[in-house]
Amino acid sequence: MATTELASPRGAPPGHATGEVIFRFACASAATLLLVALAGVVISLFIGGLPAFKTFGLSFLTSTTWNPVTEVYGAAGPIAGTLITAFLSLLIALPLALGVSVFLVEFCPVQLSRPIAIAVELLAGIPSIVYGMWGLFVLAPWFAAHVQLPIAMSVTPGSWIDKVFSGTPNGANIFTASLILAIMILPYMAAVFRELFLTVPPQVREAAYGLGCTPFEVIRSVVIPYVRRGMIGVIMLGLGRALGETMAVTFIIGNAHGFPHSLFDSGSTIASTVANEFAEATSDMHTSALIALGFVLFVITFVVLAIARLLLREAKH
Amino acid sequence: MLKMFVVGVGAFAIATTAAAADISGAGATFPAPVYAKWAEAYKAQTGIGLNYQAIGSGGGIKQIKAKTVDFGASDKPLKPDELAASGLYQFPTVVGGVVPVMNLPGIQPGQIKLSGQLLGDIFLGKVTRWNAPQIAALNKGVNLPATPITVVHRSDGSGTSFLFTSYLAMKNPEWASKVGASDSVQWPTGLGGKGNDGVAAFVKQTVGAIGYVEYAYAKQNRSTYALMQNKAGKFVAPNATAFAAAAGSAPWLRSPGNYVLLLDQPAATAWPITGATFILVYRNQENPANGAQVLKFFEWGYNKGDALAASLDYVPLPANVKGLLKKQWAKSVTAGGKPVYVAK
Repeated sequence: MATTELASPRGAPPGHATGEVIFRFACASAATLLLVALAGVVISLFIGGLPAFKTFGLSFLTSTTWNPVTEVYGAAGPIAGTLITAFLSLLIALPLALGVSVFLVEFCPVQLSRPIAIAVELLAGIPSIVYGMWGLFVLAPWFAAHVQLPIAMSVTPGSWIDKVFSGTPNGANIFTASLILAIMILPYMAAVFRELFLTVPPQVREAAYGLGCTPFEVIRSVVIPYVRRGMIGVIMLGLGRALGETMAVTFIIGNAHGFPHSLFDSGSTIASTVANEFAEATSDMHTSALIALGFVLFVITFVVLAIARLLLREAKH
Repeated sequence: MLKMFVVGVGAFAIATTAAAADISGAGATFPAPVYAKWAEAYKAQTGIGLNYQAIGSGGGIKQIKAKTVDFGASDKPLKPDELAASGLYQFPTVVGGVVPVMNLPGIQPGQIKLSGQLLGDIFLGKVTRWNAPQIAALNKGVNLPATPITVVHRSDGSGTSFLFTSYLAMKNPEWASKVGASDSVQWPTGLGGKGNDGVAAFVKQTVGAIGYVEYAYAKQNRSTYALMQNKAGKFVAPNATAFAAAAGSAPWLRSPGNYVLLLDQPAATAWPITGATFILVYRNQENPANGAQVLKFFEWGYNKGDALAASLDYVPLPANVKGLLKKQWAKSVTAGGKPVYVAK
């Protein structure tokens, strides 16, 4: 410990005192501003949502009744929809992102790898509303005609397959929403995975090849363990984006407030509910319930990031 | 957070008002295109612009209550007691209608007839197939398929949903007791599309679907609409004449605070799901000059905006209603007891 302190002296070096003080002050105030803004958002969300929390108590989180006419609000449907779509999309995107990045780093000819990498990064920059429109006008009809209808026609009613895949055949459901989300977080995750894999020193990799490892063994036993901490961080950020994604999901999830009963059932997410109803929410309790939803989403995201931190700490030891 | 947001937007609105002496307004998205068109023509004639933020009726009501804009706009009229409590005055500008649209291969627009009661049962999920006896009873001679009915509704809170659910609540007692009428309700069945285009897309993609969209949208997309039974018992098609008939037969004179829903009007040619969109201003204007500008703008819209409105498939108010409203302004919008503007 003593050596680290010696290596990075804390006090301002003599001679440039004024400049250093200003520099340090600027950095500190930037960090403070961020914290203050964050605290401000959390506190105002909580205060705004307080009437809803007070009125409905725990049933705000457990009830599936969302009725603006009778002013009864329970957010279990959107909360479940948010968690299901986010984790499902991660499940789809993670193997694909790994495949893309491993191909780019290990197998792809150099002339090809840069254009592909740039294309992947471009994909990451497409606005979410564009994904939503594509989902609504292209993916949903295709999915309804080529996946949902054949399944609905061929299953025996009442079987477990029917229970998992039942739903109106129009392509607006939990699964297509997760698919869109997966496509949205995939380029981002693939791009960062590629950067991570490139940080593995060539000597380490070449040594493994020198020992006679196959490419699969090199990736599995050398490259991935080397960047594991970074990978967990990337996964959690991808999950964070999937949790909060609004517009694309709103277009294609079907926007039913109840609890989704099957993979192909319509549902809603917290973000889509807020986007749908905030502009026209006239009663105070409706507004408050929507702000309370925002607070719940914040808590969910915070828990996800906290878990990521925990995993990172474990990986360190 | 909401308050901060409102204040922030308001500060922006005030800043722009001060700079250009423009009229500032915020609210409903439904009439936004016609206000924009009027504003363009009005600015060319008078040099006074309109800064209208189409943020939704709920937002418009919040903004005018926070006094950050000269006028608010809402697709849903405020009830007289709410107007009195907030010191606001409301008047309608243009009329629109809500049209049930379907996806039934082989069925032409206007071939299917529906009643309010039946439409309610369909949206309650009680009538589940197109060849159900209730539908067949109204449509003798039409070859109805056995296709299951898929209900499509708006997912976002909207004035269109408000009109539609209010109409169902008027005609179908079970709808009134189980669901009710609002911008967004707890839909018993079906899936939600975002906006008119979201609903239209789901209807187009699902055979056997029924949804509801604004008239202009149904017309421009040549959707398969249904004929609706009105209060006089006649089945009418949705068009400008039918909306004007509904607006003309509404009891404007006898409605305190202009709280008028044009639903299920008695005229023989009236379209039953018709509604007006409204402007909200303060009865007692703190800044009479701004209040006068707002009234002048809408007077111009009443006098010269009909053709522009019709070109966008909005229906102007009947001339006698417009005359009545213009007279109302002198005693309803005042500053220190004096009218801010007397319309000619």
